[in-house]
Amino acid sequence: MDNVIEVQHLSKSFGNHEVLRDIDFSVNKGEVVCIIGSSGSGKSTLLRCINLLEKPSGGQIIYHGENILDEKHDIHAYRTKLGMVFQQFNLFNNHNVLNNCIVGQVKVLKRSKEDAEKIALKYLKVVGMDHYVNAQPKQLSGGQKQRVAIARALSMEPDVMLFDEPTSALDPEMVGEVLKVMKELAGTGLTMLVVTHEMEFAKEVADRVVFMDKGVIAEEGTPEQIFNNPREERTKTFLKRTLS
Amino acid sequence: MSLEYIISMITNNWPMFLRGAGMTLLISIIGTIFGAVIGLLAGVIRTIPTPERKLKRALLKIVNLILSVYIEFFRGTPMIVQAMVIFYGSALAFGVDMDRTLAAIFIVSINTGAYMAEIVRGGVISIDKGQFESAQAIGMNHVQTMWNVVLPQVIRNILPATGNQFIINIKDTSVLNVIGVTELYFQTKTVAGISFKYFEPFFIACILYFVMTFTVTLILRYIERKLDGPENYSMIGQPPPQLMLPKNAKID
Repeated sequence: MDNVIEVQHLSKSFGNHEVLRDIDFSVNKGEVVCIIGSSGSGKSTLLRCINLLEKPSGGQIIYHGENILDEKHDIHAYRTKLGMVFQQFNLFNNHNVLNNCIVGQVKVLKRSKEDAEKIALKYLKVVGMDHYVNAQPKQLSGGQKQRVAIARALSMEPDVMLFDEPTSALDPEMVGEVLKVMKELAGTGLTMLVVTHEMEFAKEVADRVVFMDKGVIAEEGTPEQIFNNPREERTKTFLKRTLS
Repeated sequence: MSLEYIISMITNNWPMFLRGAGMTLLISIIGTIFGAVIGLLAGVIRTIPTPERKLKRALLKIVNLILSVYIEFFRGTPMIVQAMVIFYGSALAFGVDMDRTLAAIFIVSINTGAYMAEIVRGGVISIDKGQFESAQAIGMNHVQTMWNVVLPQVIRNILPATGNQFIINIKDTSVLNVIGVTELYFQTKTVAGISFKYFEPFFIACILYFVMTFTVTLILRYIERKLDGPENYSMIGQPPPQLMLPKNAKID
């Protein structure tokens, strides 16, 4: 199979608290995978383990046939291949919109400033923020910040985009503009892994939905299957709670 | 004790006062700059996350221990005593006769460095964890994260504290008269000794100190405003109207 990332037997504990247990899971090229589940089910931790913001306690993460948890693997080079979008946006406060999208390209990918600027503008246009290149992060609304954060991640031209509850910190009226951008991106064939509470989005956009509960993958399948015919009792309970 | 007397004191002794003020400024400017650099380095080293490899971890622990000893020692003893110990101690131990000005700059630098290390550490801690995470997620290593994202914000945030340190240095260089540095206090004492007047020369010194510290305050305020950038930003081109207004939560 043409998978980009494959997670095998992944586990993560914070002290005695086991957050992830024996996770097996993969993301295929061009696929949009949504991870759903209640708070504390470990979905964000899984995403953060995949780009090593959290160090997994056990298991393997295979990227293009290589185990990236191997001691000698270059973590920084690997991370440039994963675009990360955070719940709290985390734009660089000391850079304006354009520089937020440039600094990684120039400093990490060693692109020339001109190339970086062209690429940054291209993706800022995709998210509809190309008119705001001069603005400082503090001058933008939440939805605008998140769209710039998406453009920043895209500017690195990653293999996979990881979204960690990208709309959870937004005012309700700004959720739409971010989801619209994400929907458009999904339509371009970008590989996306999205942790979300937006069930409508998952239903509409995902190729595959993963339901997590208490640190394990309880059920996964197509959106139709998960939302219309869930097999597991806990999936049913969760969906009843969230969709009603 | 009249105003005329003070004016005549200035007209007769202005080269002494001016040279003293100049020396005070020189020592405190260079001392603050070196101290800030020492503090930045020490502060950054002290905030390196614990490395995975055993050897690196041990090395970092040793460096941190040395830094702690340095910081605690120089914060915990008076500068006037340090000046005596370093200046006369170096003569006694190594037989070197340090240049008094260089000795003064050295003492002020390492003293400021010890305080600045803690100020910088506080500044780094105060930066939101998300800033580090998003820099790492983009593939930056620790040095790149610090240099491109964290330190510029730290420097902005610690500027007021650094200004404090600068002003303290301008005033505290006066204790260096004990090792015979010809800074403002030393020069004032000399003028007083020649004229057998005490109030007038020290009143003049008082004003000179204040002029120096207040000028520094004003300059730093200006730099802070510059660093904060413009309040507003200019749009490039005309944004499409639907983006000016927040969209509804529902898609389609």
